Amino acid sequence: MAKTLFEKVWDQHVVSKNDDGSVLLYIDRQLVHEVTSPQAFEGLRIAKRKPWRVNASVATPDHNVPTTNREQGITDPVSRTQVEALDANCEEFGITEFGLGDIRQGVVHVMGPEQGLILPGMTVVCGDSHTSTHGAFAAIAMGIGTSEVEHVLATQCLIQKQPKTMRIRVEGDLPAGITGKDVALYIIGEIGTAGGTGYAVEFAGSAIRMLSMEARMTLCNMTIEAGARCGMVAVDDMTIDYVKGRPFAPKADAWDRAVTAWSELHSDADAVFDKELLFKAENIAPQLSWGTSPEMVLPITASVPNPEDARDDVQKEGWIRALTYMGLEAGTALQDISIDKAFIGSCTNGRIEDFREAAEMVKGKTVAANVKLAMAVPGSGLVKQQAEAEGIDEIFRQAGFEWRDPGCSMCLAMNADRLEPEERCASTSNRNFEGRQGLGGRTHLVSPAMAAAAAIAGHFVDIRDWV
Amino acid sequence: MQAFTTLNGLVAPMDRANVDTDAIIPKQFLKSIKRTGYGPFLFDEWRYEDHGEPEMDCTNRPKRGDFILNQARYQGAQILLARENFGCGSSREHAPWAIVDYGFSCVIAPSFADIFYNNCFKNGILPIVLDDAQMDTLFDACAATEGFSLSIDLPAQTVSLPSGQVLSFEVDDFRKHCLLNGLDDIGLTLQNADIIRNYEATRIQTAPWLF
Ligand code: SF4
Repeated sequence: MAKTLFEKVWDQHVVSKNDDGSVLLYIDRQLVHEVTSPQAFEGLRIAKRKPWRVNASVATPDHNVPTTNREQGITDPVSRTQVEALDANCEEFGITEFGLGDIRQGVVHVMGPEQGLILPGMTVVCGDSHTSTHGAFAAIAMGIGTSEVEHVLATQCLIQKQPKTMRIRVEGDLPAGITGKDVALYIIGEIGTAGGTGYAVEFAGSAIRMLSMEARMTLCNMTIEAGARCGMVAVDDMTIDYVKGRPFAPKADAWDRAVTAWSELHSDADAVFDKELLFKAENIAPQLSWGTSPEMVLPITASVPNPEDARDDVQKEGWIRALTYMGLEAGTALQDISIDKAFIGSCTNGRIEDFREAAEMVKGKTVAANVKLAMAVPGSGLVKQQAEAEGIDEIFRQAGFEWRDPGCSMCLAMNADRLEPEERCASTSNRNFEGRQGLGGRTHLVSPAMAAAAAIAGHFVDIRDWV
Repeated sequence: MQAFTTLNGLVAPMDRANVDTDAIIPKQFLKSIKRTGYGPFLFDEWRYEDHGEPEMDCTNRPKRGDFILNQARYQGAQILLARENFGCGSSREHAPWAIVDYGFSCVIAPSFADIFYNNCFKNGILPIVLDDAQMDTLFDACAATEGFSLSIDLPAQTVSLPSGQVLSFEVDDFRKHCLLNGLDDIGLTLQNADIIRNYEATRIQTAPWLF
């Protein structure tokens, strides 16, 4: 019977089926970070259990780590305790960890693919919602809670119900300057933050095939903001080229066998999805979120919407609240919105291509006087190293950006990097919820090039006609 | 997880309705990285005169004389009597962690909040529902007799009073099975350890690069 990509990978991981329709699903890879793992390890200790397969899990601290003056250690005691607990737990249970001093340390979702820890056809979990990132490798990648982290550590399995399948096709050529982030924001704007609820999404179509692996990661990363269980892209040559030669990728004969198996990882021609959506690539302009939900997004050429134009009263209320929080007037051109800070980084846009694209905008220019802080925070030590080898750090520094050490940083403001009340930020992260980047902070989600250009101009600009 | 079969234990009464999880364990303790050690902070705001913080040494903290669990006669209690809607509020698993860590392994009440009720079974606590009249009997007997204890028999689903009176209670078969055998979700999955090993043995043949 014809199968979707999701069904192929799912079926390969079903260990047993339960009477209530749930299955015991085998998990190939677990990524671990300091915030959602301590009680899971503690649970193992109390029950005197060991990890089922210790080499299936790999850890790195990211949420709480400082992005400056690392040599001074972590000053916030709560953050330090969590990071030290991760070190101690990994040591005790024998789990590989790329700790603070390691060049491979970084945002868990940047570190994983970079190390070749994510392979096509895997099941991947992490105690973090943006685990969906790894679906770019035709993997089933899902975020889980702390009790499930413990369950996977102890049994290498999860009890799961099979989600429905949705295919989102984007056909045609993406206009110049349009990135994976714009595609992601556009789709969320079209289908809403609950548009994917209950579904495993497969992204397909000629525009998706043209996206680089890093852009596919950005797209799958944001699938969670559309409410989906996970997002996936089929394997092609780009996938295989990306994985080849990475430290944890298979070698020699095993590599050849793996590539043969991976060539099956696409939906069969006559596979049936529970839902299908189609978008035209040519319609996608640079996107900008104006409100406090990732679905409150518009093309850069638009103006702040008027609540009177909302679909219904519920939406109208939501828009009014968002406009008040964001300090915006209906009808203001998005390009007239000025910013106080810019943040380039996170698991959504903290990879080398992101910094290359942003550097293009920044090169030979200077951050506008009204911008108090412009930060470039590489997603991992290796991204930082690569960027420095290409001179990208110098381009940013000369323009007036701060070039930081890797971590989640101002994506969620758990460390010292945060917005002050009413500060407005052009951010390449994934969530613009109230208070996400600091109490009272105002976040506009954009692509790296859009964030960089906004830092230079001091307000948002249409990068298509901006040089 | 600790199995629960029978228990003969000292009883402490908590004579208020709607005891919420924030009262059971206040929110500052959620910053902790641990699952144990919450016992000294159980009912922290009701129990102590001062403000509790994680990691604090509680031995010399000033205790509130009017709080029931601070009375000498209830030290070492393993069974808690409560009123309706016990455990309402947030889904924090820290609440049952604190109850277990304090030393309770059974809570008897006319009703419980849903998530808390579920969380009890995951942590080796038996929550028993009895009707209001039966609860009144227990509260009265507990107040009247110092050292009042109860015998709980999970296989027989009974609560026996020193007077000889026996009360029966309901419990879902599956949950009873898990509690009797000390099986949490992980324990249950590990009952299928052979199936998981067989799966791995096959998979390592077809996809060796995953191992
Ligand atoms: S970068 Fe942001 S979204 Fe990604 S893992 Fe860190 S905190 Fe979460």
